[in-house]
Amino acid sequence: MYKNLRWKFLTILVVAGLAVAAFWPPQARVRRGLDLQGGVHLVLQVKTDDAVNAETETAMGQLQQALKTANVSFTGAKQNGLDSFTIEGVSPASDSQFRTISDQQVSTQFDRDSLNGAYTFTMKPNMAINAKAEAVQQAIETIERRVNALGVSEPNVARYGAKGDQIVVELPGLKDVARAKDIIKSTAFLTLNLVEAGPAADQQTLLAAYGGKKPDDMDVVTGDIGDGTTPQPGFFLVQHAPAITGRDLQNAKPGMDQYNKPNVRFTLKSEGAVKFGAVTGANVGRSLAIILDNRVVSYPRIDGRIATTDAEITGNFSNQQASDLSLTLRSGALPATLTYLAQNQVGPSLGADSVRAGIIASITGLALVTLFMLVYYRMAGINAFVSIVLNLVILLGCMAYVGAVMTLPGIAGFILTIGMGVDSNVLIFERIREELATAKGVRQAVAAGFDRVFITIVDTHVSSLIAAAFLFQFGTGPIQGFATTLFFGLIANVFTSVFVSRTLFEFLLSRKPAGAATLSI
Amino acid sequence: MRIFANANFNFIRWRWHALIGSIIVIWLGVSTIFLRGGVPMGIEFRGGAAVVVQFNKPTSDEDVRRAIDPVSHEAQVQAYGTSSNQVMIRIPMAEGAAETQILESGTQQIEDALNKAGLGPFTVSSADFIGPAVGADLRTKGIWATVAALGGILIYTAFRFRPAFAVGAVVAAFHDILITLVFLTWFKYDMTLNIIAAILTITGYSVNDTIVVFDRVRENERTMRRKPLSEIVNISVNQTLGRTFITSTATLLAVLSLYALGGEVLRGFAFTMIIGVITGTYSTVFIAAALAIILSHRSSGPTQAAVATTKTNTKSSRRVSA
Repeated sequence: MYKNLRWKFLTILVVAGLAVAAFWPPQARVRRGLDLQGGVHLVLQVKTDDAVNAETETAMGQLQQALKTANVSFTGAKQNGLDSFTIEGVSPASDSQFRTISDQQVSTQFDRDSLNGAYTFTMKPNMAINAKAEAVQQAIETIERRVNALGVSEPNVARYGAKGDQIVVELPGLKDVARAKDIIKSTAFLTLNLVEAGPAADQQTLLAAYGGKKPDDMDVVTGDIGDGTTPQPGFFLVQHAPAITGRDLQNAKPGMDQYNKPNVRFTLKSEGAVKFGAVTGANVGRSLAIILDNRVVSYPRIDGRIATTDAEITGNFSNQQASDLSLTLRSGALPATLTYLAQNQVGPSLGADSVRAGIIASITGLALVTLFMLVYYRMAGINAFVSIVLNLVILLGCMAYVGAVMTLPGIAGFILTIGMGVDSNVLIFERIREELATAKGVRQAVAAGFDRVFITIVDTHVSSLIAAAFLFQFGTGPIQGFATTLFFGLIANVFTSVFVSRTLFEFLLSRKPAGAATLSI
Repeated sequence: MRIFANANFNFIRWRWHALIGSIIVIWLGVSTIFLRGGVPMGIEFRGGAAVVVQFNKPTSDEDVRRAIDPVSHEAQVQAYGTSSNQVMIRIPMAEGAAETQILESGTQQIEDALNKAGLGPFTVSSADFIGPAVGADLRTKGIWATVAALGGILIYTAFRFRPAFAVGAVVAAFHDILITLVFLTWFKYDMTLNIIAAILTITGYSVNDTIVVFDRVRENERTMRRKPLSEIVNISVNQTLGRTFITSTATLLAVLSLYALGGEVLRGFAFTMIIGVITGTYSTVFIAAALAIILSHRSSGPTQAAVATTKTNTKSSRRVSA
């Protein structure tokens, strides 16, 4: 009657073997979530408005430049809001010329509107959307470069959330979280601008020579003045147009200056070096402010024309600061400011403790359940034990094969899988008991039990699968780990509690003479 | 060894008592929740910071609270886990409040404050900072997940059995969720993502149990066509009683191990599962079956059983009876 037992055993062994091969050794093959190996998970928001603002500012500047070159006069240009600017006082005589030039320069990006000689340009909506999307993409790439330089294994930087302006950064095993956060977030926007006046102790003194008003083509920037022991805030008046910017940088490395204090040595690209030579040559004796993220870091005097590609930034840097600054300068500037929205960090010891606790709980749970089944169902309890263990093995194998991440809730899912395995086995055993009570032969009772119960098992597992599916859809990292465990556990359970358990029963019964058999259940 | 081998309890007779009893418990519980200001939300949903600090020597909650006060006046400190050296510091972060700048500095401010008060040395075991925007986002997701799961289960059960049964199953699951929330509030467990996961699992588990009974009802209807539905349901519940009890006990054993040995992080999860397993069993026996009968009776009496039997029979018999 039991012809195919050999094939059935073979199938079970092959499946079990494949599973074990997939997840052994577990240290290397099973991916652990941040809550099990320690590390930090960060969610950042990209201020995409900055990118739109920058586009508008650049377009306005470029249009002004083109108009000046063509000698088209206008009284003023001002930016109104993030995505529009106005050019006023265009004389009627140069009106058509203005239109031609503005068409050439900005018509693909901006819509033009005119009123009383003033032209207002508003960014086209899809241009704004593009600028925002590009800003996020660029931010992701920049952060990836910085994060890779931190020396973290398997970092993850990706888009996050439904609105498209959030980024998630995962750094497993990271210990110095504060430093990493600083490096990631620093915009690293570097410019070198000629100093017009300053340093002064406050803004009035600074602007005294200009009648208290800041000229249009200049900016007021703050910085630290003083000899380095006690920082004093100071104000500088610098030219708005920078001599060189971070984009002209080829490379940046930490080094030592002549007083053996840490500094940052940077190398300029060839066009940058040409620009730098021109500026320094024309402005010997004046100071050049080195401005990083809108703060003056240092303001060395130009002693002579610098024609080489190498230069340095000195400030009051520690070794670590010089190194970090070089890192951020090398990775390029961020196109927009970032703010932190969420942070989850787990220390490494907690991670290891959690794994240990989870394993102990699982083994204890399994032991208690098996004992219980042995007491209540006698030898059939062994059947349950084997099928549950196989269930867990296949579950681990599936997770390792798919590359799913094991998290702490995932370990809880393990324990729940034990519960589910018990559930199915109890269903089957109770049914077999009922069938035995109807005075059928033992083999028929077992067969009938499995056949009748199969549909119930399918129904109950589908409803739990629905819950698992929604958990995966709406959950975050650790919860998704749980949903995955639940999902594979349920599927493996159908196989083990029906196929494996039945094969074991049939094997036992095939050893005994048909008709006279009894079953320990 | 057998339990409930030939059970013959008249569950159906007590159905109204059970329903009313449940309604009273839920009513009391929900009122308590309202009086306490809602289910206590973890920082994942409220927004806030939760930092677990392990001190090298025993430190009192009060000392820590005083140390953290300059960082935030709203900080709460409570013991965490079994060792007396571990505390959890919680700082709520409302939209626009000064505390939101903690998101930038991370653990730095807290560590500085603790060091300044001379409570070191210590290690930070874990730290979670959730801004209010992300918190609101997670809250929405949590609610949607629960609602969607219940909806999906309702549709599946209605498809496999009949609408009256599906409603019974979902109401029973919903009843379990409410009772669990009540117990969570009474025992002062914060609502976290882990607990939402546990609640969804309980939902699956409760429906699981209910489906086993309904499956038996469907099977019995084929052989007991003359009997009224209420009697068939009663017989089915009694027949499956042994199985229900054993499964619950076994699952409870597994989950109790998790509660006792699984570590502090999973304690809320394990507690939720324990409550869920117990009420899941109760709701299957008393609520789901009772509701299914009541709703079935609404449409018609014993004829409903005959109509339902036709549905589940093979095509040939359907042609015959049509």
